[in-house]
Amino acid sequence: MGKAFHRPEALADVVTHYCPGCTHGVAHRLVAEVIDELGIRGRTVGIAPVGCAVLAYNYFTFDFQEAAHGRAPAMATGIKRVRPDLIVFTYQGDGDLASIGMSEIIHAANRGEKFTTIFINNAVYGMTGGQMAPTTMPDQRTTTSPFGRKVVQTGMPVKVAELISALETPAYVAREALVKPKYINKAKKAIHKAFSHQVANTCFSLVELISTCPTNWGMTPTDALKWAEEKMLPYYPLGELKTPEAGRAAAKGRNPDAE
Amino acid sequence: MGKVLMKGNEAIAEAAIRAGCLNYFAYPITPQSEVAEYLSKRLPEVGGVFLQGESEVAVSYMIFGAAACGARVFTTSSSPGISLMCEGISYITAAQCPAVFVNIMRGGPGLGGILPSQADYFQSVKGGGHGDYRLLVLAPASVQEAVEMVMAAFPLAEKYRNPVMILGDGLIGQMMEPVEFPDHLKSPPSNKDDWATSGMDTRRSAQRNLVKTLYLVPEELNAHNLKLKAKYERMQQEEVRCESYNLQGDYRALIVSYGTMSRVCRTVIDNFKERGVEVGMVRPQTLFPFPRKAVYQAATKASCQAVVSVEMSMGQLVEDVELSVRGARMVHWYGKCGGEVPTPEEVMEVIAKLIAP
Repeated sequence: MGKAFHRPEALADVVTHYCPGCTHGVAHRLVAEVIDELGIRGRTVGIAPVGCAVLAYNYFTFDFQEAAHGRAPAMATGIKRVRPDLIVFTYQGDGDLASIGMSEIIHAANRGEKFTTIFINNAVYGMTGGQMAPTTMPDQRTTTSPFGRKVVQTGMPVKVAELISALETPAYVAREALVKPKYINKAKKAIHKAFSHQVANTCFSLVELISTCPTNWGMTPTDALKWAEEKMLPYYPLGELKTPEAGRAAAKGRNPDAE
Repeated sequence: MGKVLMKGNEAIAEAAIRAGCLNYFAYPITPQSEVAEYLSKRLPEVGGVFLQGESEVAVSYMIFGAAACGARVFTTSSSPGISLMCEGISYITAAQCPAVFVNIMRGGPGLGGILPSQADYFQSVKGGGHGDYRLLVLAPASVQEAVEMVMAAFPLAEKYRNPVMILGDGLIGQMMEPVEFPDHLKSPPSNKDDWATSGMDTRRSAQRNLVKTLYLVPEELNAHNLKLKAKYERMQQEEVRCESYNLQGDYRALIVSYGTMSRVCRTVIDNFKERGVEVGMVRPQTLFPFPRKAVYQAATKASCQAVVSVEMSMGQLVEDVELSVRGARMVHWYGKCGGEVPTPEEVMEVIAKLIAP
C-alpha cells in the first residue's frame, strides 16, 4: 500500500508561527496541494501580504515576493504583464485586501489580470493585534471596537466576493470556508479551479476563505470554528459567485444550512 | 540617425526603448503625460508592455513586481504623483530591485501648479519615503542630456540593484530641442538569477528566490542597512558627475545650479564676461551622489568671494552646497518657485551685489 497522506512538495517542512487553531495552515496546505497537482511549482511566484501571512514565504518552496500592505494585486499585475508565463497568486488577509488594498484588488480584477487571489476573511486584523476590519461582524468586539462593531458608525461588513463579482469583466470568484472538513473539501476544489483558470489564461480568479482567529477572537480553537460557522456563514454565503463560463447570474451561492 | 526635433517627454520615452526597457507602467499627470501617450502607441509596435495603472501608488508596486521578477521597467510622473510612489520606492530600494523613475517636476507643495519647478530636490535626494535609503539622482539640463541620462540609468540601476531617479523640471519635459539618439543599448539586462523571482524553472540552480523587505531581528535589519549604506558609499566613489563652466579664470563668484536653471546661469556668466567680470559655475549632473569635492574646490579658489545656489526652489539645493563648502565661504541662495524661472537679469543683480567692492 502506498503512502496515503504526505506533505506537498510546495509546502516547506517547517514549524509555522501561526497560533493554535488558526486556519492559515489549512489554507497554505490547500494552495500547496493544488500547485503540486497542477505541476506548476517551478513557474509559480507567490506574493505575501502584510499581516499574519507576511511570513508565508517561509512555508512554501517556490519563488516569493513580499508586498506592502494591500499592494499585492499591483505587484502581481506587474509580474503577469511582463512574465505572462509565470503563475502568480496573492495571499491576502481582510485588513490588507478589504481595507487598505481595496483599490488595488478592484482594479486588478476589473482589468482581468490573469492571477489568483487567495483572500483570508477572519473578520479581524490579526498581526496588529485584533483590531476591527471591514469584514468584522456587527457587534463583534475587537480591540478598536471594544463595545462591538456599531453599524451606524462603521457600516456593514464588506462582502468582498460579491463586490468583485459585480464587475463586468469575466472572472472566477468563489467563497468557501475552512471551518469543517466538508467545507475544506469544497475550498480545495475552488482553489483548484482558480489556479486552473490561470493556467489556461482564462481570467482573474479570487477565492475568499472564511477563516478563524481564535487568539484575537478570545476563543478556544473549537469555539472559534463554531462561531465562524454560526455567525459568519449566514452573512457570507458559500459557493461560486461568478464563473467565466456562466457569469454571475448562474452562481448564487449556497446556503450553509442546506449543507 | 541624425538630429530630430523632439519634445522632452517624448524623447525620454523613446530613450527608454532604446535602452532596452520595454515595460512601462504609469498614471497620467501634467506636465509629463506625453510620455504615457507616446509609449501607449510605441510599445505595442516593439512588443513591449504598456499599462495605465489606477494610481501612482499601484504603479509603484507594478514596477516593484516587474523589477523583482527580473524585467527592465520604468515609470514617469510629476511631483504629486512621485509623492504617492514614494511608498513603493522605499520598498523597491529596500528589496534592492533595479528600476528607473522619472520626475518631471511641477510646483508644490500640495496641488501646487503645473509649471516647471525644482521643488522636489529634498524628496529625491534626501529620501521621500520612509527609512534609510538613497536614490541615484540624475539631473538633465537639456533634452539631449535627458535622453543620455535615461539610457545610462538602466545599467546604473542594475549595477547597484537600486532605483535611479531622473529629476527634470517641467521645461525639460515640455520644450522641443534637437536631439540625436545614441545607438540602442547593446548590453542585455544583467543576470539576475541569484535574486530575481523569475520562476525556479528558468534558472540553473534549484534555489528558490525571495524578494522581501521585512527584517524582524534588529541585528539583521542593521546589517541590511549597512549593506545598503555600502552601496550608497560606492555610488559616492564611482558615480559623481558634474559640469564646470568658466572655472579657468579668476572668477569672483561661484554659481551652483542644475537642470533648466543652470542654463539661465550660463547666460548670466556670459553676460558678466562681456562686462569683464568673471563668474564660474559647477552644475551637478548627479544630485545624489552630490559633487561635494568639485563644489568645495571651486568655492575655495582665492578669487572667489561668494557662492550662490540658484534654484527653482526655496532653499533646498543650497543645503548641499553649504555641506560641500563646509563654511569656507559664505553661501547664498536665490530662487523662485511656482513656475517662474528666474531671469538672467535678476540673477545678475543678486550676484552683482554679492561681489560689489
